Amino acid sequence: MDEPRPVWQRMHVDPWLLLGLLALCGIGLAVLYSASGEDLATVIRQGTRMLMGLAVMVIIAQFPPAFFSRLSPLLYIVGVILLIILNYHGTGRGAHRWLDLGFMRFQPAEIMKIAVPLVCARFMAAGPLPPTLPRLLLAAILILVPAVLIAEQPDLGTGALIGVAGAVVLFLAGLRWRYIAGIAAVGLAALIPLWTLMHDYQRQRILTLLDPEADPLGTGYHIIQSVIAVGSGGLFGKGWLQGTQSRLEFLPERHTDFIFAVLCEEFGFIGAVTLIALYCAVIWRGLAIALAAQDSFGRLLAGSIALTLFVYVFVNVGMVIGQLPVVGVPLPFVSYGGTAAVTLMAGFGILMSIHTHRRRVSLFL
Amino acid sequence: MPQFLSFRDRQSEVRIARSRVFVATALMILMLFALLARLAYLQIVRHDHYTTLSRDNRVKIVPVAPTRGLIFSRDGILLADNRPSFRLQVVPERIEDMREALAKVSTVVDLTPSDIERFQRLRKRKRSFDTVPLRFNLTEEEVARFSVDRHRFPGFEVTASLTRHYPVGAPLVHAVGYVGRIDEDDLDGLDPDNYSATTHIGKIGVEQYYEATLHGRVGLDQVEVNSQGRTLRVLDSKPPGPGATIRLTIDTRLQAAATRALGDRRGAVVAIDPNTGEVLALVSTPTFDPNPFVNGISAALFGDLRDSPDRPLFNRALQAAYPPGSTLKPLMALAGLHYGLRSPADGTWCPGWFALDNDPHRYRCWNKWGHGRMVMREAIAQSCDVYFYQLALDLGIDRMHDFLDMFGLGRRTRIDLPGEAAGVNPSRAWKRKARNLPWYPGETLIAGIGQGFHTTTPLQLAQAAAVIASRGTLMQPHLVSRIETADGKATPTVVRPRRVLADLDPKAWDSVIDAMHAVVQGPTGTARRSAEGAPYEYAGKTGTSQLFGIRQNEEIETEDIEERLRDHALFIAFAPLDRPEIALAVIVENGASGSGSAAPVARKVLDEYFLRMGHSRRTAQNG
Repeated sequence: MDEPRPVWQRMHVDPWLLLGLLALCGIGLAVLYSASGEDLATVIRQGTRMLMGLAVMVIIAQFPPAFFSRLSPLLYIVGVILLIILNYHGTGRGAHRWLDLGFMRFQPAEIMKIAVPLVCARFMAAGPLPPTLPRLLLAAILILVPAVLIAEQPDLGTGALIGVAGAVVLFLAGLRWRYIAGIAAVGLAALIPLWTLMHDYQRQRILTLLDPEADPLGTGYHIIQSVIAVGSGGLFGKGWLQGTQSRLEFLPERHTDFIFAVLCEEFGFIGAVTLIALYCAVIWRGLAIALAAQDSFGRLLAGSIALTLFVYVFVNVGMVIGQLPVVGVPLPFVSYGGTAAVTLMAGFGILMSIHTHRRRVSLFL
Repeated sequence: MPQFLSFRDRQSEVRIARSRVFVATALMILMLFALLARLAYLQIVRHDHYTTLSRDNRVKIVPVAPTRGLIFSRDGILLADNRPSFRLQVVPERIEDMREALAKVSTVVDLTPSDIERFQRLRKRKRSFDTVPLRFNLTEEEVARFSVDRHRFPGFEVTASLTRHYPVGAPLVHAVGYVGRIDEDDLDGLDPDNYSATTHIGKIGVEQYYEATLHGRVGLDQVEVNSQGRTLRVLDSKPPGPGATIRLTIDTRLQAAATRALGDRRGAVVAIDPNTGEVLALVSTPTFDPNPFVNGISAALFGDLRDSPDRPLFNRALQAAYPPGSTLKPLMALAGLHYGLRSPADGTWCPGWFALDNDPHRYRCWNKWGHGRMVMREAIAQSCDVYFYQLALDLGIDRMHDFLDMFGLGRRTRIDLPGEAAGVNPSRAWKRKARNLPWYPGETLIAGIGQGFHTTTPLQLAQAAAVIASRGTLMQPHLVSRIETADGKATPTVVRPRRVLADLDPKAWDSVIDAMHAVVQGPTGTARRSAEGAPYEYAGKTGTSQLFGIRQNEEIETEDIEERLRDHALFIAFAPLDRPEIALAVIVENGASGSGSAAPVARKVLDEYFLRMGHSRRTAQNG
């Protein structure tokens, strides 16, 4: 009964998750090297951020889940306040709203990626499951306030993804199917007014998806060039550093949102499937942690973090291969960019925390 | 047991979560399947298609302009070559705001409104990713200024290219012509592929006539470009086929001598080798420097040339048709012999005028005192008009027309130069057609001395002189003796002789040639003064084409007539007498008299030919 815990558990690190994330980061850096035009400085900068992210992950994993549960309302309220401030006083334009803190700049939207599932999980876990309708409506407000604020920035993609992260918590909490059907019906009905409320460029992105050739030099250019990059990669790819679409700069946003196209061009179908399989492994491990969690809070939170990762990957890959509209969603751990990587790592830190701060007593229940 | 778990149905919560994770996993598998299916479709099924698109993205076909063929003179002087120069060109596709971009680039490179206007015009005819020239002949300083700041001007580039240059320039411009930038009118008839990299095209002269020969075949480079269209490397190259070198029949020494002899007068000289039809000299004055035309002549300079009353742009040698005047008389004499209306010994009495029955009008001889009895030799030597009035009357206009037609009067010589005028060789049918009027007998008389409706180009006159000189062989005049392609193949121009009056008694030719000899070197010849001291024998005929009708019985001294209203002076000549090598026609506009103005020009050209160019003087006796 008092057998020593394994060394990983004492370090509060999950080796499988760590391995998967390291592999994803490694692939990301290799593709980034090619996408940046063999710019080692870029790769080093990104590698440094990843190490920072890993450090953050390990540090976060040292705290028990209850700590995050207690912290979540504060985090959420601060995040919402920052978003409100930002919408009036932020620096940067459009989808790249930053808050300048003097020593660093960051996007409050990144906080909400963690804060929304946290606060939802806490709120759901605090009551009976499946949740009652009044509690569901409250939860919906909790989710929609930050999601709408972010969509207003305007960053529809991030806003939608935060909404999804919260919705996944409700789904795992046992949201009744009839409510799901109701929401789906309302959602479909809302499409028309939503369409009229959208910004022109957002509408254009969706129209472009339907017919990219209609505007080959404008909005369609991204999709056309990306699909050419993917398709010309073939089964085995053109080889590392050999992708003409990316290296001759035909591919836009090739080291950020469209980096998956670079991977597809240089490593082909095999490379793409390998990367997706790696994501699946990480997600699978996350879901396993959720199912093994000892309480609802951990279960809901872990499940949300794992499933949100899938949504990110699906949205990004779908965009790159021309199945989904162009939304500014990076490919987790692979796309170049600092804050997103750290936020993701923080999420996985919480996953590890849930898995490694287990109470022995629960083993016998 | 921790108390916060006590009131909850943990088993049920776990069950719910399990089932939800199961549903989510099923959903994810479906979505993954959609992604993988699309990936497989793009990367495996449609791989070839996208490989082509990717290749089309990066590989561009860039046309390479061929080097234009050189032009040499008969005596080996380079008349047209290609020299390196820098030009600024634009890829419109890469420029968002063209007006702003042009304003920006004009801070380092001078751009005139006409540069911009031409650029906008050319741009309309090109595809947006084609390069369009904006400025030619950049100075070294402009190139340097642009290069330092080149990153500020995306879509602009300075390229070194070859530009046409005419080392000899003005004296040959009416023969060689010049190239100019392709404009909209030129584009219509051009092969757009072969000319895709070409900016210049022959505008006049040999440059225009032999455009296809001189131009060459376009080359094609397959280059790898990045998304900005910048060339990264050449993948494959099909080099251009340079244009062929052209050797002209024109001798620069003779050309220069003729140009000098005309001096600052308006006129033309055409010299032909009667044995071959080779044009040895083709001069029209005033002349002008072709070099400013190559890269766009300034409006001011062009305006001066266009508006000058001397009309330097006009190629008098073949575009101007003048009444041939008395230069027609040797042909008239031949016609008399040919139709059996005259023998050389037949005489006509010249009282100084001639009158038709039922016509009070007196047709005057230039010698109002009368020549007395004229036989053919004297009638030609002294240019008696009355003799030829009578002959014309005997021939009738239609026979005259048919006869002169054999010498090429009234039809284009089909020389290898553009823009040739046909002149007029009148007949009843012609007058009916052109003027819708009947033919009047008086007009026959006038036609007999080369006035009235007759007009001929200097080139036609030279050709007619050559036919007389060769005793009835018409060789088509031409300017190009040989075309040498880059692969070393040389094609000489071959002209088939055409016999004229093959059945005419050789003595008839001799008597007319003898009479023409008497014009210059006989005691009574009209041009005898201009031939004084010539160490070689030649034959000629003076002519004067009237511009200004002088009423009968009116005495007007030539000096009193305003210069521009004076008669044109003409002279045809050939030499040596027995085996002629050179035949020529001279016209001096408003030169007043053939003997006074035109014959001395011919003498100077012949002197150059025989005395300085070292041609044989087989029949030279006087020297």
